[in-house]
Amino acid sequence: MEILFFLFATIAVVAALNVILQRNPIYCAIGLIVTLCSLAGLFLTLSAQFIAAIQIIVYAGAIMVLFVFTIMLLNVRSEEAKVDRQKFLRWLAVPLFLALLGEVYYVVRTVNNPPPQIPATGTAPPVEILGTVESIGREMFTSYLLPFEATSVLILMAIVGAMLLARREKASDVIQTQATTTEPEEEPVISGMGR
Amino acid sequence: MIPLSWYLALSAVIFTIGVVGVVVQRNVIALFMCIELMLNAVNLTLVAFSRYYVNPTGQLFVFIVMAVAAAEAAVGLAIIISLFRSRETLNIDEADLLKL
Repeated sequence: MEILFFLFATIAVVAALNVILQRNPIYCAIGLIVTLCSLAGLFLTLSAQFIAAIQIIVYAGAIMVLFVFTIMLLNVRSEEAKVDRQKFLRWLAVPLFLALLGEVYYVVRTVNNPPPQIPATGTAPPVEILGTVESIGREMFTSYLLPFEATSVLILMAIVGAMLLARREKASDVIQTQATTTEPEEEPVISGMGR
Repeated sequence: MIPLSWYLALSAVIFTIGVVGVVVQRNVIALFMCIELMLNAVNLTLVAFSRYYVNPTGQLFVFIVMAVAAAEAAVGLAIIISLFRSRETLNIDEADLLKL
């Protein structure tokens, strides 16, 4: 168990450092994918099977594909040669890192939190079924139904917002001119040439 | 069994790495990935507490955090694409129209 923890923790920290130290965003993306997969392994050691599977499928699968697709779409290779105007920030970062870590350590040390009280067996679900789909689904559709529905509304808003933001200005003009004036043949050809 | 504090320490380290990444990275997409790193550190904390208090609520929070992260990534990358269209750059130092 400890071996697994240290293995996954080391991989996660090294890959996370890779994310912030690489200049090319595609290498950052690869480091982030490795971090996400090792965090999924850590979730498995915490007996959260469903969350580990969702981590791989949704995070390392869907969200990272979105990132990599954007990197490919924008062709960022030409951006690397540009001069870094704020190089001093990088030297400021190491003291900031140590200060933030020290703050976290201080808070964890000083805040008087009670130790976790393990409930008596019988009242709480046993650890083996804690992270199963059944246990999480029962909580989600009984006690936390409203947050679940709010999340679906949020995702709908995100879909509409992303399509509104990422669409081309010219395409919107074409749609408007097509709606107001009836010129079916001319405008699509011009917008196609403009690309 | 592994102590809870080990997981919390690992989560704090990953979160701090994410914060430092937001400071040092100048590429908008890499900056976004550092934000994802911070979200994942918080997820690790939630799952660890869920395990040690034997309560599935923490894992439910993780589920909702992932949905919010997906929405944030979709909207944020759309903003990046429209920024790239208007400015032809991905460097955040170039997008300083609102700077005094």
